Parts: sequence; C-alpha cells; structure tokens
Amino acid sequence: MALAKTLETEMPATRAVAPWWPAARRALSFGAVLLVLCALWEGYKLFGAAVGPTFPLPVRADDRSMPHVWTIVATLFEPPRSGSDTTLLITILARAALFTWRSAALGFVIGSVVGFALGAIVARFTLLERSLMPYIVASQTVPLLAIAPMVVIWGGRLGWEAWWSVSVISAYLTFFPVTINTLRGLRSPHPTAVELMRSYAATEMQILWKLRVPAALPYIFTALKVSATASVIGAIVGELPSGIPDGLGRILLNFAQYFSTGPERLFAAVLGAAVLGIVFAALVSLAESVVLPKSRRLTE
Amino acid sequence: MPGPGELNLSAVISITNVGKVFNIGKANRLVALENINLEIQPGEFVSLLGPSGCGKSTLLRLIGDLTSPTSGAVLVNGKPAAQARQSRDYGMVFQQATLYDWRTVSRNVQLPLEVMNHPRERRETRAREMLRLVQLEGFDRHFPWQLSGGMQQRVAIARALAFAPSILLMDEPFGALDEMTRERMQSEVLRIWRETRTTVVFVTHSIPEAVFLSTRVVVMSPRPGRITGVIDIDLPQPRNFETREDPHFFEKITEVRECLRQEERQSRHESVD
Repeated sequence: MALAKTLETEMPATRAVAPWWPAARRALSFGAVLLVLCALWEGYKLFGAAVGPTFPLPVRADDRSMPHVWTIVATLFEPPRSGSDTTLLITILARAALFTWRSAALGFVIGSVVGFALGAIVARFTLLERSLMPYIVASQTVPLLAIAPMVVIWGGRLGWEAWWSVSVISAYLTFFPVTINTLRGLRSPHPTAVELMRSYAATEMQILWKLRVPAALPYIFTALKVSATASVIGAIVGELPSGIPDGLGRILLNFAQYFSTGPERLFAAVLGAAVLGIVFAALVSLAESVVLPKSRRLTE
Repeated sequence: MPGPGELNLSAVISITNVGKVFNIGKANRLVALENINLEIQPGEFVSLLGPSGCGKSTLLRLIGDLTSPTSGAVLVNGKPAAQARQSRDYGMVFQQATLYDWRTVSRNVQLPLEVMNHPRERRETRAREMLRLVQLEGFDRHFPWQLSGGMQQRVAIARALAFAPSILLMDEPFGALDEMTRERMQSEVLRIWRETRTTVVFVTHSIPEAVFLSTRVVVMSPRPGRITGVIDIDLPQPRNFETREDPHFFEKITEVRECLRQEERQSRHESVD
C-alpha cells in the first residue's frame, strides 16, 4: 500500500544498540573525567615540586595544602581519632551523610511542593507576578547563614525536633529554582494548545492538569536536579547553628579546624558531601527517566 | 436569504452585522472585520478565502468563540457562539496539529472526551473508530513526534471529530504540508465530510483548495476585512482527482480569482485617488 510505504520512510530511524551500552558509556566517561581530575591534581603538585617553593603559585602545592590523591583515599580507610574508637572515616562519613540526607530529603520535598505551588499561583494570577516575584527573588539574596539560626530558634520554640529545622533551612534553598521553572513550564504551551482546551469548554483545573502541568514537567525536573544538590548544601549549613552532632556539617567544621594537622581528612569529608549531592541528583534523574520519555527531557 | 430582523432557523451558523476592532483606543487600532453577514446551512462546506490580513481567521475564531465580536451577533445552532462553545457544538483544527506530545495518538484523540468526562471504555472505542476514519489504524500507541506532518494533521482531525460536533472549524489545516500530501488530505477531508455529514468552515488562502473542497467560497478582502463575494461551487460530488482536471474546475478557479482581483483593482484605484 502506498500509504504504508510513505509512513515507513517518514518514521525516524532508531539505531540498534545493546540496551546496557548507554549506561556503560556514561559510567566510562564519568570514570575518565575522574581520572583526568586526579591527574591534573597530581600534575599540579609535580609542577609545584619542580619549580620550588619560591615560585608564586596561586595555591601552594605542598602536601599540607594539597595532600596526594592516594593520601585522601587512604585516610578514608583509617579511624580519624586515635584511641579506642576504631570506626573507619568512611563509615563515619557514610553515617553522617545518611543523617544529613534525611534532613535534605525532607527539605527537598517541602521546597519542591512549596516551589511548585508558588509557581502555579504566580502563573495563574498574572498580577501576582509583579507583586510577589520581587519578594521571591529577594528571599534568595538573604544570606542563609543569617536565616539558619533564626529558623533553629523559632523551631525550638515550636517544639520541633532539631532536624526538622534543618529541613526547613534546606527547603529555603530548594524552592526557588522549582518556582522559577514551574512558572516557565506552566506558561510554555503554545497559545493554540490552550485554545484547543477552551474549544472543549475545559475548566481552568482541566487546563492545568491535562495541559500545563504535563508541559511543565521537563522544566520542573531540570529544577529538581538543581534543587537536590542545593538541598544538601542547605542541610549542611543548617546543621551548624542547630548544634546537631551527627551530620556532615559538624564533621566538616571539625576537620576544617584541624586542617593544618590533617588536611586530607577535610578533603575526604568534602568528597563525602559531594558524593551525597551527586547521588541525590542522580536519584532525581532516575525518577525523571521513569516519568519522562527521552524525547521530552530538556538536558542530556 | 431572509431579510434583516428575520430569523432563519435552519442556519447552522448565522452571522449578522459583525465587526471586530483590535486595540480599541490605541494608536495601532485595527479594524479586522467590518459589516460581516453570512449564513451557513447544515451540511455545507464553506471556505473563507482571501489574502493575509483579510480577517478570515478572525472570522473563524469569532464563530468558535475564541474571540468575541466588537459589534453584531454570531449565532451557532440558534445560540450565541459562547453558549455553543459551552455545549461543545464544534471541533477545531489549527494550522499546527497541536498534538500533546506526552500523549499517544490514541490518548490525543481521547483528549476532548476526557475533558467531557466520558468513561474510559467509551473513549477508547471512540478513538479506535476515529483513527479508522482518518486511516491511521495501528498507530494508536505511537507518539506524535513519530508521525509525519500529514499524519499528525489526520490525528488532529480525528480528535476534532471524536465528540461528534455538528460543526468542524478548520484554520488553514494544510498550510504547513507539502503539495502532494496536501492534495491527498483534501480528498480525505471531503470523504470524512461526506461520511460524517458535519458542517465545515475552512479557512485557506489557496484558490484551488477552496474551489476543490467547498460547496461555497466566501471571498474576503483586507483593510478593513469584509466579504466581497460568495461563489457557489456546483462541481459534482463526490469529488476526486478527476475533478481537478475538469474544465469546469478551472472555470470556477478563474471566477474566484477574478473576484479577488476585482477587489484588488478597486482598492488600488482608491489609493491612487
């Protein structure tokens, strides 16, 4: 049939590749970049050693400022404290990361819901864009360090558990990208797509859920990936004024104080925080790949 | 034609003294339509033809209540256009297929039925029927981006007809298609029109397209947009590729073209004077 033939030629071709290949390729390129970063780090140290300590390098290349990569890795598998406690640093970091992640995850959820709601409200009521948006933007220019202690004190008066306050602080960093992208996404449908719904005499709610929200999903997921890492930062900063001893915040603070005697431990802790952020963002990406078909994702 | 003040009850669409002005009270005030009178009977296929800026799309949007007239009245099935939209009297097809790309072909066709809260089973059956009507059986699980432009427009037609509206409003639906696909789609639309007995209002700026499809061609001219002639196309039905080679087809094309040119000459005279 002539029709069937045109259809065949007009279909976009898909190349046959093994199903595991895209994932393997991603893992390989991730590993390659990691290797290059380590090589750059060690190369810089070699260069510093070659030109001598009087050469004006931006960062000194000695082992106290920049410990060797293998020193950092090795310290992960040693107990950080001398004495009877023989828990390895990597175990301590993992426990602390999990603890911090609990606050970050709750903060992420609160921030996403609040962020979406704000975006939806501003998208629906155009008047609010001019009156409300400046405050939303201003909220992000207020230093988190100033807000965190206030939230901790207010939370304490309300009888909150300490980690709830940390979540609120984390949510404060999380909601903003979600609001901005929700707003953009909800307004992304072409006017005729909205007119189509109007021609069916659809209600505002039907237009929102059947058109605007599905159209906004790629934008929202992009924001959620940013927010996932921001929520970890928010939780770490929030832990400091809360005096929570179990999270990454306290560990980072401790190791920073003892930087001159054991710089590799601070670097190891920073790595731990980075891994937590990456894992969280990867989880959001995973959720995205389940919810959105590849053709609709904005990134990658 | 009934005189002024007389109500023609048989008309599906009745437009009386309609005017549309954009940007009222501003420097860029624009009279899009002036003194439009038009009646469309059940089962007609009427094309609105004219150069860009003649207000043909605006007139279609007035019928569909996607915009409202500055003066005059639009009655659809005896009701004001707004009420007709609320009671879902018409289906719309735009120049862009406007399919929702997160929905499969079948779920796109089901969209109006979902909005109207039809039960799932009925929606699915209806979508299958509609896809058979536009000859896209077997594509129900495809996504819009997997289809060619012509196929996407077929889906849009299936979607517009899914809830069996009495009127189909089409705004340059084949404007973005290549000539071959376009001619094939024109025959398709005629077949669907015959099978469904729907009244069609079709906006185009192609003279052969208007003549081939329509029972009546409404010729419009710009500045301000108005109707300058209505030409009956008495070519026999059903029309097919032979119609396109019929001498009478060319006569009709010439007649429509003359009507368009006459208007052009007049307006040029005016501007010279």
